[in-house]
Amino acid sequence: MPDDARSDLRLSPTMDISRLSRRRLLGATAAVGASGLLLPGAARAASAPPKRPTGHVVIGFSQEPTVFNPLMPHIEVDQGVHWNLFSPLWLANEKGDLVPELAAEVPTITNGGISKDGLSWRVKLRPGVKWHDGQPFTADDVKFSFDLLNNPKFRAWSRNGYELMRDITVVSPTELTWKMSKPYAPMVSILCWTFMVPAHILGKAADPNTSPFNQAPVGTGAFMWKQRVPGDHITLAANPHYFGTGPYLEEIIFKYIPDLTVMFTQFQTGSIDYIGLQGITADHYNQAKKLKDRVVVVGPAPFIESITMNLSKPQFKERAVREALYYGMDNKTIVEQIYYGLPKLTSTYLPTQSWAYNPHVAPHVYDPAKAKSILDAAGWKPGSGGIREKNGVRLSFQNSTTAGNHVREQAQQLLQQNWQDIGVEMKIKNMPPAVIWGDYFNMSHYDSVMVGEDFMTGPDPDVSQYFLSSAIPAKGGAGQNTMEYVNHDVDKLLTDGAETFDRAKRKADYWKAAEIIRHDLPQLPIFQYATIEGTKKNLIGYKPSVYVSTNTWNVNTWYWAA
Amino acid sequence: MTRFLLRRLMQSLVLLWLVSIIGFAVLHLAPGGPLAEFTLIPGMTPAQLKLIAHQMGLDRPLPVQYWEWFRRMLVGNWGRSYRDSQPVLDVIAAHIGPTLELMVSSTIIAVVLGTWVGVLGAIRRYSVFDYLATVGAMIALSIPTFWFGLVVIYIFSVKLAWLPAGNLYTVGNGSFLDYAVHLIAPSVVLALVTIAIWSRYLRASMLEVVNQDYIRTARAKGVPERTILFRHTIRNALLPMITIAGLQLPTLLSGALVTETVFTWPGMGRLFLDSIGYRDYPVVMGILMFSAILVLLGNLIADLLYAAADPRIRLD
Repeated sequence: MPDDARSDLRLSPTMDISRLSRRRLLGATAAVGASGLLLPGAARAASAPPKRPTGHVVIGFSQEPTVFNPLMPHIEVDQGVHWNLFSPLWLANEKGDLVPELAAEVPTITNGGISKDGLSWRVKLRPGVKWHDGQPFTADDVKFSFDLLNNPKFRAWSRNGYELMRDITVVSPTELTWKMSKPYAPMVSILCWTFMVPAHILGKAADPNTSPFNQAPVGTGAFMWKQRVPGDHITLAANPHYFGTGPYLEEIIFKYIPDLTVMFTQFQTGSIDYIGLQGITADHYNQAKKLKDRVVVVGPAPFIESITMNLSKPQFKERAVREALYYGMDNKTIVEQIYYGLPKLTSTYLPTQSWAYNPHVAPHVYDPAKAKSILDAAGWKPGSGGIREKNGVRLSFQNSTTAGNHVREQAQQLLQQNWQDIGVEMKIKNMPPAVIWGDYFNMSHYDSVMVGEDFMTGPDPDVSQYFLSSAIPAKGGAGQNTMEYVNHDVDKLLTDGAETFDRAKRKADYWKAAEIIRHDLPQLPIFQYATIEGTKKNLIGYKPSVYVSTNTWNVNTWYWAA
Repeated sequence: MTRFLLRRLMQSLVLLWLVSIIGFAVLHLAPGGPLAEFTLIPGMTPAQLKLIAHQMGLDRPLPVQYWEWFRRMLVGNWGRSYRDSQPVLDVIAAHIGPTLELMVSSTIIAVVLGTWVGVLGAIRRYSVFDYLATVGAMIALSIPTFWFGLVVIYIFSVKLAWLPAGNLYTVGNGSFLDYAVHLIAPSVVLALVTIAIWSRYLRASMLEVVNQDYIRTARAKGVPERTILFRHTIRNALLPMITIAGLQLPTLLSGALVTETVFTWPGMGRLFLDSIGYRDYPVVMGILMFSAILVLLGNLIADLLYAAADPRIRLD
């Protein structure tokens, strides 16, 4: 069977490409510069976008986008297409600044868009925006989109945040207001990823879940739907009436290439102009850097690779065990030997780029001697076969990840060895994505998994979905706390942090939470991912960002250097 | 003849029904399911998941789900894909073209080259050519298609830049020549195994015929070697090949699975793999039934052709 990544259902928990850190990124850019690839920078700056949309760009994706109603459950590559067809009210750019899109300005407490208590919202819309079919975009569409997300019959991609909205009122075609049932700061960020859908089309659909719109979408984005060849590609054409910058390209083509090695080959031969999700694999990085007329960029990604444990299992109940396991992991060797030194080691769950990232969290230390002494002190004594035991519980567990993900399998084997050295037995049992990332993971049937997750709420550093005690799916909660982590101090800090709009206060809460979670170690973080992506040298405008899940968020500003 | 056809039709229907039951059971008993895709979305609640399962009809007992599927199939409704909600037949129709294109071209290559190698190997038995062909066939049969495809791409696309590195056509071109150029590498890669099989079988079949009495008789009569070869030997040696061709049909479909992935060919093989990965039950079942029908049809045609070509065979 061909490849690992291809068979993955969703990217977040299964991304297998090694990723780069910021510090490393600088080094890598310098190296790229030295090899002559930075030279076009001068040419790049000099060239200006064309007056009329010109040429086309072929974007390679290793998964096939199939969901085109942006409010329905979708994966990252789908979102990669949505960014170009649709618009949110505002978005977070690559620096994390909020930039208005369909809204005339981003509401804040300062500008009065959000009331001081965070409960009343007022959003003014950009006038004169048209849907691709020529109909005007109005506040009715925004209300319709929110209502649809809360419609119990609709297969909504998420109701997180939207379910707090009350009394959505259209004041005028360019203004609407709503109330929140409680203050919720991440809402601003959630709206960055909420694309508006047309009321005049979907409103008439008998069943929005199966409307023809879902396969022939009409949006307000820089590109319009043109054609889909299932299993192969999707073509979008420039929207001449786009309200924002550009577009400068006549067409963009999303090409589906299921195998990462094949995708890299097509990048080499020039069949694709931009190698997007899941990019270039770490083992091809050195070769990619040397390619002529290509720019290879190592950018940060929000995913954190970690060993996630199921704390309801007797082996993991004790903090001492988790601490010992962390001391016993040789993370540095994993990153350097298996991931070619590209991603950056971490001991926490937020990407370093986030404003709430706590740089003072104790770093990870590899110290097997200490690990042993912790286990000895906690009463875990070596039993049969040298495996430690305590009160009839053997320190032995399964670890699972996506089967066929060769890189992860190597890391697993290394950990197996590491932990065996301290008297802990880890058994590897990997499964296909449709198996592991279903109920097995979600309903906490696992012992431990090796997984890469983006813990944030869109671009917001709120990690409630993963660490709140009320977010345990196996106990009926809404969220992703599959490790069944319960700490009421963390509950309070995360809840408080989400309820205030004061960034300084939020930061203090989140720093504290990060320290407690580092102490409790419900999961053992290894590294933050880096994406290795590339474009043809004369393609201008590509900007990787940790605030989006797919770097095709700004194709409207891309163009070919003359 | 009519009785034969009717009997075969009845047998085929029973067989199809069995295939559908086994396929359905295996598919649904395999761990995991289409909901895996949704469970990972942050903020997805168990209540929402329940709703999705209900809308997909996954919350009902398996026999009920099978009966629903079966009832719909009887009236020609193959269901809709879970991934993009398109009717299954439309999904298959969208992918069948590229696969057929690949199959037809690779079959032509395989038959022409396989016949040539097989015949030449038989008439020049134990010659250098024959040894080379034997070794070549062994190698061709043991090389993994995936690896061979990548090597072809590496040599002819990356290094020499003679051929495109996969894809059906160049975006924005789509001329006949462009299509044809894109077809070369994948059809040769797909044909490789078939050439090996075909040539080995044909060689064996030829050798069998060469030792028949009627060939010796012809030679004794003074019939020229050319005529012996073309009129008597090859024609008779090709007879069993009809059956082999019929049996090759599923091999071609499964061979396309790998070839299509390497050459980013949007055909049935890749659709099947993707659909299994996503546990897209309606599409997987659709492809299963479709392939089963093709295989049965292939065998039926082979039998009919055999009867037409060999007067000794009576179908009734």
